[in-house]
Amino acid sequence: MIDWLISGDRPRSVALGAVLLGILFSLAFAPFLFPGVRALDTAATILIFIVLVASYDLLLGYSGIVSFAHTMFFGLGAYGVALASIHMGPGWDALIVGALAGALSATVLAYAIGLFSLRVRAIFFAMITLAVASAVAVLVSQLFQLTGGEDGLTYRIPRALTPANRVGELFGVRINGRILAYYLLFFSCTALFLLLLRIVNSPFGRVLQSIRENDFRSEAIGYRVVAYRTAATCLSAAMAALAGSLYAIWLRYVGPDTTLSFEIMIDVLLMVVIGGMGTMYGAVIGATIFVLAQNYLQNLMGAASDATSALPLIPDLINPDRWLLWLGVLFVLSVYFFPTGIVGRLRAGR
Amino acid sequence: MSDPILTVEGVETDIAQYHILKGVDLQVPRGQVTMLLGRNGVGKTTTLRTIMGLWRNKAGRIGFDGRDLNKMPIADRCRAGIGFVPEDMGIFAALTVEENMTLAALSGPLDPARKDWLFATFPPLRTFWKSPAGTLSGGQKQMLSIARAMAEARSLYLIDEPTKGLAPAIVSTMVRALRELKAQGASILMVEQNFAVAKALGDRAVVMDDGRAIWSGAMAELAADPALQERLMGLSMEAH
Repeated sequence: MIDWLISGDRPRSVALGAVLLGILFSLAFAPFLFPGVRALDTAATILIFIVLVASYDLLLGYSGIVSFAHTMFFGLGAYGVALASIHMGPGWDALIVGALAGALSATVLAYAIGLFSLRVRAIFFAMITLAVASAVAVLVSQLFQLTGGEDGLTYRIPRALTPANRVGELFGVRINGRILAYYLLFFSCTALFLLLLRIVNSPFGRVLQSIRENDFRSEAIGYRVVAYRTAATCLSAAMAALAGSLYAIWLRYVGPDTTLSFEIMIDVLLMVVIGGMGTMYGAVIGATIFVLAQNYLQNLMGAASDATSALPLIPDLINPDRWLLWLGVLFVLSVYFFPTGIVGRLRAGR
Repeated sequence: MSDPILTVEGVETDIAQYHILKGVDLQVPRGQVTMLLGRNGVGKTTTLRTIMGLWRNKAGRIGFDGRDLNKMPIADRCRAGIGFVPEDMGIFAALTVEENMTLAALSGPLDPARKDWLFATFPPLRTFWKSPAGTLSGGQKQMLSIARAMAEARSLYLIDEPTKGLAPAIVSTMVRALRELKAQGASILMVEQNFAVAKALGDRAVVMDDGRAIWSGAMAELAADPALQERLMGLSMEAH
């Protein structure tokens, strides 16, 4: 049953299996294990980024396509839910219509980009995606009346998913709509991740991997490379848009900074590299480490700085204000020591 | 020559600023093995790659089984019935042997009878079925490369130096496999530097020089005439 669920793609390392189980357990019971708004918010962000990073890995790690437009598709999904919720009212139908419209528009846009630019060299494709993503970000900022411009949009979602909906108590934790929303995210993200796992382990996924290795060879054994690359781009875009829709449901706000910024694109790229390219499990580990570091490294450094206040130099070095510097150092070290990503390293050392 | 499966007429190919093929004319008879011979750098590999579409010919016509290949995309040439074994083996190192073979079965799952035949022909494939292809030895990679082209029956095989750098025992395996392939009715156009192999397998030979086919005829005729070999290729097969 489990083998079927993970499409036969086992972790192939005891340590990796243990880490993945630990993450799954922590995320599944996050509202009970880590009480508090911030912890729940962090867990939800990890869930969404797992899908976003895994969908990007389908492009980069499995197909060898470098795209800088992934957050654009993420944003399309988020804006789809926001606009549908504003115009249709705070109902389930608005969430479904918004998510589907976001995924559809992302697919159509990805198809157009893919068809026109996947025939060119990889670097030109990357540049084209960068240009399109920048143009869409500017467009969203300029179309103030539709998108709320730089301020973004706030909207209401079904009451069942808001803190106002009090359900009861379980294991000493008050269950409200926010926790229900978390579990909506948890099950949706798990389903989307398993779907991605199925895709990369299907015959289609194998063709993508062969194209990544050598596109001419794939063509010579009978596969139309452009068609497969376009399909991968569309699938990846649709998945990113669905992740964006879930993010919009969780935040109840969308804006260019939260969904369309180039910073998120760089973060996604780092998460793929840290976790390990071409391994869906890398997305789980990369997203978890990165989001945890983003949310808690500053606190950890603050505590360490206080604890070492009697020593010279060290408190200054680990001052919480320098957290971004240390985050950067951590990433450089992780890429240096784990060139094949954490998953690659764990699998090699099994 | 009756009913050739492949006809190459006046094909010219440039690679960057170099004019490599200067009007190649050749025919591959149906159900026979045609050896493409000649010294290094005369355009044999470029000829095979041009037929496969990996290099675009700027002039001339390539006809395969009644179809014009000139405008046909590479993938469609394969689907039309041409199997290609490149000089560098062309396996996917990160994929397993099984995945490499499965990829080559375009019309569905690998036929069990054909799989058994391939296992019997190339026993290491069975042993390393679940191993990444990149971990195989040179000879095993070459076996995989040829087996992959044979995963489904094709009417024409383009094979580029399948015995290059292989141990004699593996060369014998290759020769046996190619003989079986021919016995199944396949046509083969093969570049080969090993004259013993060329003599053992070839029905016909085409000799190239300076981007052109300068001689074609029966392999036995070429093999029996050292003076002709000397004139065409600057060496004699008898030395090999």
